[in-house]
Amino acid sequence: MKEEFNIISNLIEENTRVLDVGCGYGDLMKFLQENKTKDIRGLEISKEKVQNCLSKGLTVIEGNAESDLKQFPKSSFDYVILSQTLQAFLNPELVISELLKVGKKVIVTIPNFGYWRVRLQLLFKGTMPVTENLPHEWYNTPNLHMCTIKDFYNFCSSKNIKIFKSIALKKSRISEINKSNLNYKNLDSHLGIFLIES
Amino acid sequence: MNKNIDTKKIIISNPLKLDCGKEINNFPIAYETYGELNSEKSNAILVFHALTGDQYVSGKNPITNKDGWWSYVVGENKPIDTNKFFVICANVIGGCMGSYGPSTINEPTGKQIGTDFPIITINDMVNAQYELIKYFEIEKLFAVVGGSMGGMQVLQFVANFPDKAKLAIPIACTSSHSAQNIAFNELGRQAIMADSKWENGFYSNYKLNPDKGLAVARMAAHITYLSEKGLQEKFGRKLQDRDSLRYGFEADFQIESYLRYQGSVFVDRFDANSYLYITRAMDYFDLSKQYKGNLSDAFKETKTKFFVISFTSDWLYPTSENREIVIALNSIGADVGFVEIESDKGHDSFLLDVPSFLKTLGDYINSTYKVINERRI
Repeated sequence: MKEEFNIISNLIEENTRVLDVGCGYGDLMKFLQENKTKDIRGLEISKEKVQNCLSKGLTVIEGNAESDLKQFPKSSFDYVILSQTLQAFLNPELVISELLKVGKKVIVTIPNFGYWRVRLQLLFKGTMPVTENLPHEWYNTPNLHMCTIKDFYNFCSSKNIKIFKSIALKKSRISEINKSNLNYKNLDSHLGIFLIES
Repeated sequence: MNKNIDTKKIIISNPLKLDCGKEINNFPIAYETYGELNSEKSNAILVFHALTGDQYVSGKNPITNKDGWWSYVVGENKPIDTNKFFVICANVIGGCMGSYGPSTINEPTGKQIGTDFPIITINDMVNAQYELIKYFEIEKLFAVVGGSMGGMQVLQFVANFPDKAKLAIPIACTSSHSAQNIAFNELGRQAIMADSKWENGFYSNYKLNPDKGLAVARMAAHITYLSEKGLQEKFGRKLQDRDSLRYGFEADFQIESYLRYQGSVFVDRFDANSYLYITRAMDYFDLSKQYKGNLSDAFKETKTKFFVISFTSDWLYPTSENREIVIALNSIGADVGFVEIESDKGHDSFLLDVPSFLKTLGDYINSTYKVINERRI
C-alpha cells in the first residue's frame, strides 16, 4: 500500500486539486494531504467509510462514481485518482470516460490479474485465484471486471487515451512499463499504475 | 408565548428592509448563548432553529422546563462542545420567544400586533440575526449550523454573507420548498384559521386562543417528522389504556393519544400566528430563484466549507433535495462534504439520539476546527 501511495504521490504536482474516487477510509487522501496538496476531495459509496473520513475532517461526498461524477464540472480537478477500484464497477468503460472528463489527468491503479501467481492458481489449482492483493473468494468478491496490465494498456490505445506514464509494481520493486516489456511486466507485476489523459 | 419571558434581548435600531417591501426598526431579537467567546473571537458557532424551535438550544428551557431542543448536539462534551465553542442562537423574527413577532405588544395600543405583522422570509430572518453577530463584534464565525428550517437559514446566511463563516452545516433541509412541503404547511395554516377563536389573527384582543386549530396543525406536522417504519414500530395498532376498542371517537389507539398529547403541549408554548408566519417564510424559500434559477450562483462568492447531512428515512426533506445542494456546490468547485445517515427516525432524526449522526457531526466539527486553527498558526 505504502509503495502505491508513494508512486501516486510522485505523479502529482504540489498544491494541485485532487479527487480520490473510491477513497475508502481516506488513507491515501491523508497521505497526499501531508505530502502534496491540501486541496483534496473524496468520493465514496460506503456510508460507514464516508462517516469515518468526515470524522477525520476529510472532505468526502457519499456517492457512486458511476452516477455521481457527472456533477463535477469538466476538468475541475488537476488529478483524479482511482486506486484499485476500476474492477469493482458495473461499467468500467463509462467510469474511465467520466474520470477523464472531470480530471485534467487521471491516475488509475489496477491489481494485475496477469501476475504469474494469479495465473498459476487458476492453471494448477483450477480455482479462482485468491492472493494477498485479491483476497476474496469468487462468491463474495466485489471485483466484477478483473483485468490485466496488458488489458488496460490495450484498452487505452484502442480508446485513444494517452498514457503519460505506466509503472509496474512487484512487492516494492518499481519499474516502467513500455511496449517492448509489456508481456513481461504483465506476468511479473502485481499492480499497474497508469497516468492517463484523454 | 411572550409571557414576560426573562430572556436576553437586543434591540436592533438599524432599519431592516423586508422582502415584502416594509421596513422595520427598533425591534427586539431574543437570544441565548452557551460557552465562552475566546479572545480571538474565533470559536463562535451560530445555530439556527427550526420551525417550532427557539433560542434555548441546550440546558433547561426556562419556558417549557424541558431540555433544550438540541441537547443531544450542543452542550458540555457534546458534539458541539460548549467547553470549546461559543454557541449563539436567536429566536427568529416572526417567532414567539421574545423576538419581534405577531405576539409582540404594539406599544401605542398595548395590544399584540397579530396579523398586522408583516410577512417575513428566511432571508429577513437571517438578515435580522446578522445584527447579533455585529453586536458581539465577531468578524467571522467558525460555523453556522442548523437543521430543517435552520438549514435553510444556513444556506441563506452563506449566500448573503459569503465571508462571515468558515464552515456551514445545513442538515436535513432543502434549497427550495417543494409542493409537498407547502401542502403540509397550508394544511396547518388552514386548521388554525378555521378555528373560530382565531379571530383573523387578533385573538389576543378577545382573550382567546385558537388552541384547537394550532393543535391539529401540530398533529399533522408531527406525522411528517416521523417515518412510517418508526411509527409502526413504536405504536403499531397498540391500544391506549384499554383492552378492546370502545366503538367511539376517543383515542383508542396509542398513536392517537400520542398525537393529541403532542398537540396539547404545543399550544402551551407556541403562538398560532407565529406558526402561520414562520410556515409562510418556509414556503417562500427558494434560494435558486433568488439567483435567477441557478443555485450555484448563491455560493459562488464564498470560500466557506460545507458539510451537508441528510437522513435515509426523512421524506419531508429527502436526501435527493439535500443532494441538490451538494451538486450545486460541486459544480462551482466549492469545498463540500456530504453523507446520508442511516436512521428510521424520519425528519426528526437531526433532533434525536442518532449515534452515527452525533459522532460524525462532532468529529467533523472538532477536526475541522483543529485544521483551521493549525493553518492559521
